[in-house]
Amino acid sequence: MTVILGQTFTGISIGAVLLLIALGLSLTFGQMNVINMAHGEFIMAGAYTTYVLQKSISGAGISLLVALPVAFLVSGALGALLEWLLIRRLYLRPLDTLLVTWGVSLMLQQLARDIFGAPNVQTRAPDWLTGNITLIGGDDPLTVANSRLFILGLAVAAVVALSLTLRLTPLGRRIRAVVQSRDLAEVSGISTSRVDRTAFFIGSGLAGVAGVALTLVGPIGPTMGTNVIIDAFLVIVVGGIGQLRGTVIVAFVLGVLQSVLEYSTTVSVAKVLVLVAIVAFLQWRPQGLYTLRTRSLV
Amino acid sequence: MNLLKGGSVRAWAGFAGAAVLLFALAPLALSEFRLGLLAKYLCTAMVAVGICLAWGRGGLLTLGQGVFFGLGGYAMAMHLKIADAGPGNLPDFMQLYGTATELPWWWQPFTNPVFALAATVLLPMVVAALLGLFIFRRRVKGAYFAILSQALAAAFAIWLIGQQATTGGTNGLTDIQGFFGYDLNDPVNQRMVYFIIAAALLLLMALARQLIQSRYGELLVAVRDSEERVRFLGYDPANVKLVAYVVAAGMAGLAGALFVPAVGIISPALIGIVPSIEFVIGAAVGGRASLVGAVLGAVAVAWAKTALSEEFPAAWTYFQGLLFIVALAFLPGGLASLAVFVRRRGTRRKKAAAVVPVGEAA
Repeated sequence: MTVILGQTFTGISIGAVLLLIALGLSLTFGQMNVINMAHGEFIMAGAYTTYVLQKSISGAGISLLVALPVAFLVSGALGALLEWLLIRRLYLRPLDTLLVTWGVSLMLQQLARDIFGAPNVQTRAPDWLTGNITLIGGDDPLTVANSRLFILGLAVAAVVALSLTLRLTPLGRRIRAVVQSRDLAEVSGISTSRVDRTAFFIGSGLAGVAGVALTLVGPIGPTMGTNVIIDAFLVIVVGGIGQLRGTVIVAFVLGVLQSVLEYSTTVSVAKVLVLVAIVAFLQWRPQGLYTLRTRSLV
Repeated sequence: MNLLKGGSVRAWAGFAGAAVLLFALAPLALSEFRLGLLAKYLCTAMVAVGICLAWGRGGLLTLGQGVFFGLGGYAMAMHLKIADAGPGNLPDFMQLYGTATELPWWWQPFTNPVFALAATVLLPMVVAALLGLFIFRRRVKGAYFAILSQALAAAFAIWLIGQQATTGGTNGLTDIQGFFGYDLNDPVNQRMVYFIIAAALLLLMALARQLIQSRYGELLVAVRDSEERVRFLGYDPANVKLVAYVVAAGMAGLAGALFVPAVGIISPALIGIVPSIEFVIGAAVGGRASLVGAVLGAVAVAWAKTALSEEFPAAWTYFQGLLFIVALAFLPGGLASLAVFVRRRGTRRKKAAAVVPVGEAA
């Protein structure tokens, strides 16, 4: 029983990481229809920001809390710059954005290698995140790492913040208007190019936050972005493009699936099985879990 | 210009003649080492022929050609490893790990050379057909298809690494000595492998050209440009795409199979996400829709990689990134389109001078 609960919780915490990584993508890919392969490198930028801050600020706890907003700004700025330099020229050719941003990601990886060196670096977790919390005591205890709980909390907070922004603020209304009908939004006096850039800033900023979270569960290195980006894209595709609730549900489902399959087989076989499950799922719902109903033919 | 656009027969005959001559003369001009490199680049070009068909003509951005290249490569390497070991013996790396006492069941069929050779092409085609059926029937396309194909490349590489005892894991299948009874260490036999690869490349180009010129080729472009209209005309776009995808997979498989005797190794690092995308970049730089452009682009990029990354590995990565950005953001038709572009500008300018006094030149 505890084994099942333990695996489920491991799955939920994998899901929380997946969710954080995919959240920014659901904005840039889902809303703007841009496939940003450099998103993984924005995550890396957030992680290195945490590392640099910890080097310069002595307390590990304070530096982590400072890193969250700073990483958001750093990655967000990178994203806005990328949008301004390249992506705004490519909104009509989404497949080409994929390869162009892959080129950007290669250069950012090499830049990280030149600045910080090829080997992975590590940050120190603050004291209040080291330890475990015992959820079930007794002979067969179920414990959960504090850092995992922190990431779960961070993921929930990020989802709430994003969905409130999209729902309630004027900016959110403008973003939704542009997504639903770009031309109509433009005629109504919304500067769609500015909305695009702001949405890109927020989406990339969320990648930075995900990067901060990743420093708590693994090493920081130039290729860390490549390792997570595909999982994040799969979450979006299965959840339904631009559907926040789809992203949330699928992140946790895939996390638990991965964890359970890893327990019963091996890590590599689990990866393959998850992919098979995804292709099978797309047979049932080719547009993902949730779709915006339109009258278009596709 | 017809040459680049796949036009007249005479231009093609001329090109084929020039290519045969070049390929025949290369061994005289190049050192043994350089000839080996050229053979390697030509394998990349074979993959590019398939990418030109699937992506350039059919709009299917496949980021997982490494999987098919790998299936072909592993099929060939498995047979060569068994042959190297000799009858009754296990391949060296299996003896080393000591986990397997006899050949795993899925290695057994590859003892037969005919089966192994057929598998190098048919295995990738079957996998592509299965996957394509599932994906295209349900109208999963565009970015979804690209991402799924990329995930496939990642999963395949991870799976291979995980099966250390039977696939050689991260190292892959290395140190291949013989090729159907010929010793690969002998330069004469290396030259033979090079000639086989060059001939196979020309054969694949001829095949691709036939496909592009046929009614099917027109249909493929039509599906790329407006899938719905093709559907309304009574064709099934899923089948059209499936054929291009499967043919491209077979070409990548053959390339992988010939890569093994040329280089002597196949490993997960050669077929994962990064190499899969590198296959695409060559075709993109040369011109994704132009057969000759894609092939020349693939060779040029592979050559640039060797030339630059030997001396400056860091510089190569920046350069590669820039290539992606420039080729795709600013020159979507690749270098092949540059020639057309320049020519068109020339004629426009003449016309412009004659008729329109200002503007409209671009």
